[in-house]
Amino acid sequence: MEQVKDPDRSEGELADPLEIPDLAPGCMAASKPYVAAPEFQKALGFPGELVENWQDKAIEKMGELRDKYRSFRVFLDSCIKCGACTDKCHYFLGTGDPKNMPVARQDLLRQVYRRHFTLAGKYVPWLVGAKDLDEQVLDDWYSYFHQCSECRRCSVFCPIGIDTAEITIAAREIMDSVGKGAKYSNEIIGKVETIGNNLGLPPKALKATLEDLEEDVLEETGVAVRFPLDEKGADILLVTPSADFFAEPHITGLIGYAKVFHQVGARWTMSSYASEAANFGLFIGSYENMREIALRIRKAAEDLGVKRIVFGECGHAWRVAYSFLNTLAGPFDFLDQRYPIPQHICEYTYDLIERGKLKFDKSKNDHIRLTFHDSCNVARGASMGKKSGDQFEIPRAILRASCNHFYDMAPDTIKESTFCCGGGGGLLTDDLIELRKKGAQPRMRALQQVAEEHGVTHMAAICAICKTQFSKVLPMYGFDMEAIVGVHQMVSNAIILDGSSQKSDGNEG
Amino acid sequence: MLTFAYALLFYIAAAVLVGGLAFRIWEYATTPAPLKIPTTPAPRTRGGVVLRLGREVVLFESLFKANKWTWLFGWAFHAALLVVLLRHLRYFTRPVWELVVLIQPFGIYAGFAMVAGLLGLWGRRLLVPRVRYISAPSDHLMLALLVGIAASGLLMKFVAHTDIVALKSFFLGLIYLDWQPLPPDPVLLVHLGLVAALMIVFPYSKLLHAPGLFFSPTRNQVDNPRERRHLAHWARELEAGRS
Repeated sequence: MEQVKDPDRSEGELADPLEIPDLAPGCMAASKPYVAAPEFQKALGFPGELVENWQDKAIEKMGELRDKYRSFRVFLDSCIKCGACTDKCHYFLGTGDPKNMPVARQDLLRQVYRRHFTLAGKYVPWLVGAKDLDEQVLDDWYSYFHQCSECRRCSVFCPIGIDTAEITIAAREIMDSVGKGAKYSNEIIGKVETIGNNLGLPPKALKATLEDLEEDVLEETGVAVRFPLDEKGADILLVTPSADFFAEPHITGLIGYAKVFHQVGARWTMSSYASEAANFGLFIGSYENMREIALRIRKAAEDLGVKRIVFGECGHAWRVAYSFLNTLAGPFDFLDQRYPIPQHICEYTYDLIERGKLKFDKSKNDHIRLTFHDSCNVARGASMGKKSGDQFEIPRAILRASCNHFYDMAPDTIKESTFCCGGGGGLLTDDLIELRKKGAQPRMRALQQVAEEHGVTHMAAICAICKTQFSKVLPMYGFDMEAIVGVHQMVSNAIILDGSSQKSDGNEG
Repeated sequence: MLTFAYALLFYIAAAVLVGGLAFRIWEYATTPAPLKIPTTPAPRTRGGVVLRLGREVVLFESLFKANKWTWLFGWAFHAALLVVLLRHLRYFTRPVWELVVLIQPFGIYAGFAMVAGLLGLWGRRLLVPRVRYISAPSDHLMLALLVGIAASGLLMKFVAHTDIVALKSFFLGLIYLDWQPLPPDPVLLVHLGLVAALMIVFPYSKLLHAPGLFFSPTRNQVDNPRERRHLAHWARELEAGRS
């Protein structure tokens, strides 16, 4: 049932990233993540395992969501089955499984919704494709609602604006509520809510890591760039994905942020209490859990007495930060209102570049011919800057300022039409590696095109999930695993640090 | 008897259409959208949102991005339907409005465009495997219903004329509660029966995409979450318990 074209196809024969595969029904039915263990379920307020009357409970939850979320109700009612979305999902393009067509994915839930909440579904179910919720359907839900990365690409093309992510999110919330959650997301949410970050890094380990980084950077540059943790009285709280603390290539991005802050003498700090920008509450659709994680950031900002909050490079984190933080944990009237709340590190750096505060030696990046992968949550679920669409222009402007060779990928694979990396939405787990590989196919093909046409060697992204996912799948498509870089990694390479102006504050962390 | 049956049918159909749609719109309007989820890039102002929705309604902008064939057939059908509906106002108004008079020559041919668009959409539903896969019997039936309405209408215009003056008296009679006999032409009876059926299923079917678009949070929200705090009533209650 292998539908993916051989990624190692002979050179010169370039595959079209948008090529529509033949339908291969059921070929991904067996792809599903590990189920969360009872202890992790219970920690989030969900039943430990599948409850006895799960059908009734699921329908009840569906009714509750229908009353709480307009998106859910309107989207379930309004689909015309026009087919506009059918060839837009990277998981469909990569697998050919028809249940990975966005509308078909929605229909897995819509069939049950129609059976219980619509007149036609109650009396003539066969006519409108309505179905009872049975084990087979639940099985399909668990498989295919964990083959959606909530990237919203389909929503760009839907004439009604139906966003499959909203349906996936609701389906996961329903499954959680009857005791069938996915291990990866739910375990991670538990760690953030108890320890403060996805990795479960305790404050001591975090502090040690940051001290090591200071030494490394000092050794490399001769400049004492600081990585402050829990420093009261700082102006800026940096909240960044915890992968930035140790994973490659993420950590080089963190060094980039620190160098930017250092260069302009900013008083900044990170927080061990809110040492995580990521908010997996989004992935499982739990408003309560999403809010709890967001409130940690608010508390950290209040406790440290900062004036601004800046977020590091992380896609869905930026969606939650930009679009939801004010809702979940606002109002932020205790912060300096002259700055965006919250602000993206790219907005911060871009503003400094615009004002001529940063200098770059672009030749430091001359070994790199670069392209940029717009991360889905930044592209379609958030924004930046002053104008609509600045989330595309600002990262590119930073890259152009720090690098001589920049080439965009095909227009229908970037910006609002960008592809998910294949690992977003809570799917970045080894139990889904086959899905992740196949889902990356459209992006890999687009990359292949610019590699052939412009000799592109590297791809930058502003998302921790993208970085981790690409590090893993790039080699599967014949690229170097280090071909994925962060935007602030490029900044870090090229920024000219003013050695004589080391005026970092003396506060010991 | 026939007149009575159709009069009753249209009273019921009109009541279901208006009442049902009003109920749906009330449901959509009163269900909160707790989070800001516009598909970005999105307008930063209310005016921008009006323009965005306007482009969706008038031009089917997103569908155009998605698939040119579906857009062509879908847009042609909807535009033609609008012209045909406007043209039909002449059977319900006296004197006939000026706009309706102006549109009359186009209205007749719009009927053909309507059928062409519908057949194009149906062709895709039957021939494109992806679209066939997602089609339920009701999706085909809906197209059949619309084709039936358009075809029977065209038949009356070009082949088997009905007594249009009597028909207008019938409908004006319905409106002013002064019933007049309905011409017993079979094609007319089919046409009117299908139209009544369409009116009745409207609030219970995917035809809800019409009001749905206006309530679609990905399209109707202003992209200003950092500037203005957005809070649903149930989220406010949740916050009341904030420690």
